Order: sequence, then structure tokens, then C-alpha cells
Amino acid sequence: MCLGVPGKIIEIDGVIATVDFWGVRKQVRLEVVDEPVQPGDYILNHVGYAIRRIPPGEIQATLALYEELLAHAEREDDLMAADVRGEIQGAGNDGR
Amino acid sequence: MMAGNRGFDELKFRDPVRARALSDTLGRLTTAIGRSPVSIMHVCGSHEQAIARFGLRATLPRDLNVIMGPGCPVCITDVPEVDEGVALARQGVRIATYGDMVKVPGTVMSLADAQAEGARVDVVYSVSQAVEIARQSDEPLVFFATGFETTAVATAAAILGGPPDNFLVLSAHKYIPPVMEIVAEMPATRVEGFLAAGHAATITGWGVFEPFVARHKLPVVVAGFEPLDILAGLVKLVELIGERRAAVENMYPRCVTKEGNRRAQEQLWKVFRPIGGRWRGIAHVPNGNLRLRDEWAHLDARRRFDIDVAGLWDYAPRPLVHECICGDIMAGIKSPTDCALFGKECVPHSPVGACMVSSEGTCKIWHQYGGHPDLAPRSVTGGESGAVCAR
Amino acid sequence: MAPSVLDERITLKYGAGGQAMRTLIQQVFVDGMAAGPPHVGIGLAAMDDGAALRIGNRWLVMTTDSHVIHPVFFPGGDIGRLAVSGTVNDLAMMGATDVLGLTCAVIIEEGFPRADLVRIQRSIRETCEEAGAFVVTGDTKVMGKGELDGIVLNTTGIAMTDRVIPDSGLRPGDRLVVTGTIGDHGMAVMARRHGLALEGDLRSDVAPLNRLVRQVLDSAPDAIVAMKDPTRGGLASALHEMAEKSRVGIVLEEMALPVTSPVRAAGELLGIDPVHVANEGKAVLGVRPDAVDVVLAALREHHLGRDAACVGTCTDERIGSIILDTGFGRRLVTEVEGEPLPRIC
Repeated sequence: MCLGVPGKIIEIDGVIATVDFWGVRKQVRLEVVDEPVQPGDYILNHVGYAIRRIPPGEIQATLALYEELLAHAEREDDLMAADVRGEIQGAGNDGR
Repeated sequence: MMAGNRGFDELKFRDPVRARALSDTLGRLTTAIGRSPVSIMHVCGSHEQAIARFGLRATLPRDLNVIMGPGCPVCITDVPEVDEGVALARQGVRIATYGDMVKVPGTVMSLADAQAEGARVDVVYSVSQAVEIARQSDEPLVFFATGFETTAVATAAAILGGPPDNFLVLSAHKYIPPVMEIVAEMPATRVEGFLAAGHAATITGWGVFEPFVARHKLPVVVAGFEPLDILAGLVKLVELIGERRAAVENMYPRCVTKEGNRRAQEQLWKVFRPIGGRWRGIAHVPNGNLRLRDEWAHLDARRRFDIDVAGLWDYAPRPLVHECICGDIMAGIKSPTDCALFGKECVPHSPVGACMVSSEGTCKIWHQYGGHPDLAPRSVTGGESGAVCAR
Repeated sequence: MAPSVLDERITLKYGAGGQAMRTLIQQVFVDGMAAGPPHVGIGLAAMDDGAALRIGNRWLVMTTDSHVIHPVFFPGGDIGRLAVSGTVNDLAMMGATDVLGLTCAVIIEEGFPRADLVRIQRSIRETCEEAGAFVVTGDTKVMGKGELDGIVLNTTGIAMTDRVIPDSGLRPGDRLVVTGTIGDHGMAVMARRHGLALEGDLRSDVAPLNRLVRQVLDSAPDAIVAMKDPTRGGLASALHEMAEKSRVGIVLEEMALPVTSPVRAAGELLGIDPVHVANEGKAVLGVRPDAVDVVLAALREHHLGRDAACVGTCTDERIGSIILDTGFGRRLVTEVEGEPLPRIC
């Protein structure tokens, strides 16, 4: 449970933002984040300071990255599969 | 679980179906490497906490050894540093610190023990809270600052923000990248790759690992903290190991860039300077400790107070401390079961070393989960996952 | 297992509801007191929610609680409501839902505002009405400023019942049902106490459960085999005690645990698992597997049981342990010693 938890900015007063985390609102300070932020932005919070603005498109991009990772591994797997199966049978175990 | 107001897509990173796919892939890739075990190290207590919390350890491949390195900031705070905080508290100075520091044993006692004897110790969840306490008081308030660079950034911001004169800092902050060098160079390690902490990298950028990778030819993957983030990070790392490719890969792009947060970095190095120091159990980490620069001497607790650590030793020091092997455990050289005290004299409700105190400590986690715990149901009444109860 | 060494001084963990407290009670109080006269059926040694004394062919159930909560007023309730609910619930957890009478003793710090005292008294009265209970006797003391923190309440309650339900009746195959969302009280109080400045719908769930329990006991008379209300130490502590006493293991399904979004969010922010956090208006029931649907239906009819859910099952493996199925894997749920503290990375 790392405290780098993302939340959504509701309002800003100077260097203090009111941020919503799943229905709980908390004040987070903005002296450290390196981009201008506004209400509606998602930020990453660590011990009461916003350390990063999370661009909205990044969630989908990361999920796509994981899909690609799986697909790539499967392709590799197909190529290696025959070799691996051969090795495993040679070694006489069930492969796990 | 309650539907409630989810709000954020972050929960897609807890999707069990994708998790299972990543888990299976991890198993296949590990097997394909052909060695056993394949050892990788992560250096973040929160990674270990997340692995433990989501029960991932029970599903990791048996041939993959995921070692927790020196990534628990509380655990690697050395005994003399804890003693400094305890001594100050017993000298009557009011101390504020983060929750998990309070129970860490020093040579003789922890801050919690000092508190039971009348010392004033406030638990805060943010340094700005400590500043507030100082503002509402006339007497000195010392913030016992622990944590790695991500947390040190907050301390720096608080200092640069013009705190009141009675706000002081006792810095026990640490800097992670140097210790990876040490671990990589230890002859005993068999570590073949590192999983790097996503939130520290949010600050430092992933570029900071490039020299390390070039020097040691070991891959580094930056990963986040949700179950999918961790599994995907492990998959990528095992993939790199299998391909014998020494590279830095960023699997947490939604928070981590190559340069990191420049503003935070500037603030950090304006306030702190790295010096060599002891991490608990690791003899010396060059540039591993963060201390206040001379410009900030006026709020450096070490310079304002004469901290009487020796006074603690009027009590007999706990003899078991000398048998504690927390250092070797944190370096990944030994495991908790190699320790003579583990599970006997050293248990969660009466810990000897920090590894058993902190929720992120290897020993605490092993005591609870036993390494590769076999928690699969053995019998019919064991209850299959997802089929226990009708809704 | 249980430590045999106690510290020389009593520290805060000994009041926290976990292993340390049970050890203290066992070694200092239980072992130190006389066994009790023959009509004591369930006594000190059982360390149950209350005591049961045989009167004729029925049982007189008796319980006592001291309340030291701070802040005294918190979102969702106050020390008065807590005092009445706590005692009524301890009786109810043993199956005694018809409260004969309550005592209420107060110890007040010099300087405590009279208006606050009146507010607390009103709350006591309202909660008694909800429970159909009455305060029949009490005591009042005032101590000097600084000699105690604000106010301390002690309540004792008595009730009669034909059948006492222990917290140790679980068998392998039995299901575990919670009457609603977990972690509500503790999270609300902790947020306030640590000055965590969390705004949101964090409210204590403090409430008397006796009428809810009566309803469910009437709906499925022999199906409830164990009951406990998770207070200090949360669901984890309550289940550990039940599992140890019943000599079973427990498997919990994390996805089935009812948790409100604000409690979940506060838990994430503070690094505290709701399963370790106190409730004051919920119960966990051990239910025979064939009666789960009936029990859930009966609970959900009542406003205090609307979020009731079946969350786990008892096994014959790993006696005394609680395994959590997270949906991604499995892990053990341990007890937290002392109050969970907000963490950092």
C-alpha cells in the first residue's frame, strides 16, 4: 500500500489542492509537481504532496502496453514452444 | 465489494483476468530460461508490501526468486540513527515522525517505548503536518525525517516553504541508486535483474539507471504498485534476462519519464547533500544518506542539539541485537530462516531487528507468509477461489 | 503463539484488542482470579463478550465495558451512543437480545463542559430507545484537571436468554456472514484523531444490534453457531479469536467483503487495511452452510443489515489461521498489534 495514490483535483487555493480519492477528499500540496494543474486533473500523491500530473490518456496507453507484452510473449512462446517441449521431455519433468 | 464511486480507471490495474494472463506468461518465460532459481531483486518496501497484500507471492513461479533488497526505509535506518531520535525524545524534545518509525527498536528502546516513559512523540502522515504542530507551539519540534528520495522531496519542500523557527529536522533520509551498485557488486549475490520503484523513479526519472545498467550489464525495469503493474514489470524483467539484454525499461509510463520531475530534483538537492553512511547491516553506502546542507544548519537538529546517545547506554543494551542479521537479509544474501532468532526471540510482537517491525520488512512478511507459502486449498472444505459464497 | 513474557510497563498495545491484550487478560486477570461459583456457565476463563450465569433453566448474561474514546464527539456518534451500543451488542453477541437494564458510571474531568455532558446524556437516551433498554442505576465521580482525559464512561448490562451463543461454535464448512460494511468506526475516528483532514463520508457505524440479532435468530433458530462483534482490531481480530477458540481455519474472500468507497480510499491513503479497523455496529456470524440464504435475507430486511454479505468459510486446515483470497492469489491475514498507524513508503 504505497501512498503514491492517484486522485482527482476538485479545487485549488494557492498551493493547496483539494483532491478526491474515491469519495474521500484530502488536501494535497502543489509545491513539488512540475506541471501546472487544474481542477479535473489527476495527480499522484505522496505523503501529502502531488509529485506528478497523470495525463488522462496514459491509463489506456499502459493497458495497451500490457496487452502488447502478453501478445509478444505468446508469439515468442510459439516460436520457442517446440524447443521447450523437447527440452522438457528430455529432462523428464512437467515443466513447472 | 461495494460498487460505490470508483471514480478512477486505476482499478483496471486490479483486473484478475489480466493478472492471471500475466502470471501464466511469467511462469512460461521463467521456465524457458531453464535455470533455477532465476533471482531478481526489488528495492522498494512498497513493492514487497503490494506483493504480499495481493497474495502474489503464492502465485509466483517456484523457479523465480523475488528477493527484497534494502528497500524498506524504516528497516535500513541504522541503530545509531534511531538512537538519536530516541535520545532527543528522552531529553524532553518533542518529536514528530511517520507511523512506521515509531516501533523500530534502537540499541535499547524504540520511540514508542520512550513515549510510554513520558516522551512526546507525534505520529504524522505528512511533514506539513509537523510544520503545523511547530507553528502552534513555542518550543522546538524536531521532525525525524525517514524515507527515501520520494519522501525527502516533501521534506525539502517543507523547508523551502519557510517553516517557523522552532521547526527542526533530524534527517535520516536515504538515497536508493547507490545501494543498487553495492548489491550488484557483492560477490555473494546472484541477482540477475532489478525491479525499480515506480514512485522514486517519478522523481528521479528512469535515466538515472542507465549508467548502472551500462556498468553492471544487469537489466532494470521500473514498475508501479498495482497487481498488473508488478506482474507486467516482472514479465518484462524476466523477458530481458531471457534475452540477455541489459537495458532500462519503463513499465510505469503513466507516472515515470526519462528525466523525471526536475522541479522536485532541484528542490531536493538545494536542501540535501548526499553523504556516505551506514545502512543497517550494509557497511557503507557511498552517497546513500541525505543530510541538510550547511545553509540549513539553523534547522538541523544535529547542530542545534547536543544529542546524548551514550546516555541511553546506562541501561544494558539488548544482547540479542548482536545476533541480528537484518543487514544480510536486506542485502538478499541470507533469508529469514537463516537467522537463529527468527520466529523464536524475534517475532512481530517482540521484534529484535527492524526487518520484523516494519510492515515492509522481509522478516515480518516471511513470518506471515513463509517465503513461497503454499496456501492452495488442500481439501474439499478448503473453499475454491470465488466459489465460497452465494451473493 | 501467545507470548509468555509481558513488558514491565503497560504500553498502549495492551488495550488494542489483539494478542497482547488477550495475553494480559489471561495472565494477569484470568489466571489471578478465583474460578467462580458453580452457576457460572461461561465465566472469566472463556474470555467471551460477556458472562453467562445459570438461573433456573435460563441464562443471565452480564457484560461490562469502559469507554475512553477520543474525540468524544465524532462523525456518526459520540461516547454516549458508543457506551450503550457497545454493551447492548456484547449481550446480543451471546444471544441475549432483551436487555433487562444498564448501569452507567461516569468519571468526569474537572472543567468538562456541562453542555457536552448533556449532549452525551441525550445520546445515551436515544440509543437506549433504539435498543429498548433502560439505564437503571449509575455512579458519578469528578477528578481533578489533568488527572484523566475528559470523560470516561463505564456501562454494565444484563439480559436473560434461553440459549447462549458462544464465539467458539464454528465447524469446518460453516460460513461467515458480516452484517454490513467493515472498518467504518475506526476509520472515521482515526481520520479525526490524527488530524488527517480527510473530508468525506467517513462516519462511525455505532449502533445497537440487538433487534437485528433477534430478527435473524428468529428466522433461523439453530443456524447461527457463533457470533462476535468486530471492535478493536477489526474483523481480523474477531475472526482470529473465533478461529482459535473453535479450532478451525478460515478462508475469506476479499472481493466479497463489503467496504464503502470512503473507507477504502482512506485505507489506501493511510496504508491501513479495513480488515484491521474497528466497527461498532456490525457483527460477524458463523452460519450453517444450508442456512446462509435465509440468514442473509433476514439481515437485509433490517436497515442495520442492508449490506450483509457472506464473506468466508471455515476449514479444517491451518487451525487458527485466516487466509485471504485476494482474487490474484492468497495470503494470510494477521493481527495488527496496537492501533494501526498511518504509513509511508
